[in-house]
Amino acid sequence: MPAVSFQAVSKTFTTPKGPFQALNDVSLDIEEGEFFGLLGPNGAGKTTLISILAGLARASSGRVTVLGHDVQSDYAAARRKLGVVPQELVFDPFFNVRESLRIQAGYFGVKNNESWIDELLENLGLADKATANMRQLSGGMKRRVLVAQALVHKPPIIVLDEPTAGVDVELRQTLWHFVARLNKEGHTVLLTTHYLEEAEALCSRIAMLKSGSIVALSATSELLQAASGSVLQFKTDAALPPALAAVARVTGRIVQLPAHDAAEIESHLAALRVAGVPVNDMEIRRPDLEDVFLQVMGEHA
Amino acid sequence: MTGWQTLFHKEVLRFWKVSFQTVAAPVLTAVLYLLIFGHVLEDHVKVYDRISYTAFLVPGLVMMSVLQNAFANSSSSLIQSKIMGSLVFVLLTPLSHWAWFLAYVGSSTLRGLVVGLGVFIVTLAFARPEFAAPLWILAFAFLGAALLATLGLIAGLWADKFDQLAAFQNFVVVPMTFLSGVFYSIQSLPPFWQTVSHLNPFFYMIDGFRYGFFGQSDTSPWLSLAIVGTAWLAVSALAVNLLRTGYKIRN
Repeated sequence: MPAVSFQAVSKTFTTPKGPFQALNDVSLDIEEGEFFGLLGPNGAGKTTLISILAGLARASSGRVTVLGHDVQSDYAAARRKLGVVPQELVFDPFFNVRESLRIQAGYFGVKNNESWIDELLENLGLADKATANMRQLSGGMKRRVLVAQALVHKPPIIVLDEPTAGVDVELRQTLWHFVARLNKEGHTVLLTTHYLEEAEALCSRIAMLKSGSIVALSATSELLQAASGSVLQFKTDAALPPALAAVARVTGRIVQLPAHDAAEIESHLAALRVAGVPVNDMEIRRPDLEDVFLQVMGEHA
Repeated sequence: MTGWQTLFHKEVLRFWKVSFQTVAAPVLTAVLYLLIFGHVLEDHVKVYDRISYTAFLVPGLVMMSVLQNAFANSSSSLIQSKIMGSLVFVLLTPLSHWAWFLAYVGSSTLRGLVVGLGVFIVTLAFARPEFAAPLWILAFAFLGAALLATLGLIAGLWADKFDQLAAFQNFVVVPMTFLSGVFYSIQSLPPFWQTVSHLNPFFYMIDGFRYGFFGQSDTSPWLSLAIVGTAWLAVSALAVNLLRTGYKIRN
């Protein structure tokens, strides 16, 4: 039985401009124990899909189950199995960290779990904030509390909706260390993120979503192997010739150019020489997940 | 504690942690009404023959405080957590629509009763109370609070912004309480306005509540009980259904 099963899920929103199809016939199974990544540009439908899974929204058609429990007709059982970290940085200003966690556990009918709460606080670096009011915490600390709240009833399935958006390096390290440990202990993890290097490092399988449809679904290693060609990467301060600028991925001084074969790399270099662009720290490497992502999104443009 | 008890407990803590604002302030408001209206009208307004105006005013003010605070609690809790986004913590739980209903209506009923009790205790300094039929007092206090708590739940679900809620409160709840006979016996009104008053459900809550104190009222307490009870059942059915379908909270 899959941990999570999306079966032909569609979702249409009514907007002032008319109906908007956020999800289009999405079918997807996530097996128990997987670390699964859901990737896609903004507005692709990732959060809508997770909202339907978590019961925050209803699918227009299709069905979603969590360990066999329908999220609509058997919502209580389904939600007990899920721990969801919402994307928005929300908190209840009336309570401190420990109170928030006790209350969240109570909603699930879980009592006497102080030792698990202590473990969560310890592992997420919150131990010294236990009695701090939620209002006094920094954004990063609030994010940690959201993670702790999602885990307080020990759900077998953990859903993280862009947990590292706007989060410092230290928290990312803490968070991934902890989530990876939970995954090793058997928890299923469903992650959406914009940080593709995180997805590449953590997720064993990945689905890519674009405009509400799945455009890629495969093991991370297969996605990377299937990517054709290489990437020519270098640093420069000069502007690229227009033909290259159109295909290049530029991050500040770093330029990355996809190339199918050696001949294309030669022609890239020739174009750079002709344009008089100085090329520093050049390397040729295998495509990473970000290259694959851009390639897949480009193919479905 | 089970799930709904936790939500109930959390909702009680929510107002209790700021009780200066949620309990003490409305008590003060009601006492100011009593002081001012009692002083100005004591010698001018005749209600039931043997009862002083100030004594007459007390049950009305207590009930008004119960009603307004029960409404304010559920409605403001919901709209706040909707706008702040913290409602998601409850939305993600296995709590059923019945659990939501019990917790929100229960905690808001409690807030109404606590404020009402506070008003009553303070007014003991100004008028000696009678308890002609205490069971009626309890029945109407509880039913009135529950009815307004349920209305507050509906309004809190419906409103998208604070000003929509304020409009509901200022243009519906406050006029209906003020025009329900808090400050006067509707017997003193011209026939037309007496008829209009009989269409106001709030009138029956205050009239029945007052019967509990004086054994005397503008209309039969049984009629009042039937009307208030039926109204509560009707709005409860609506509220439970809105929660079941996730009206405005699970799009």
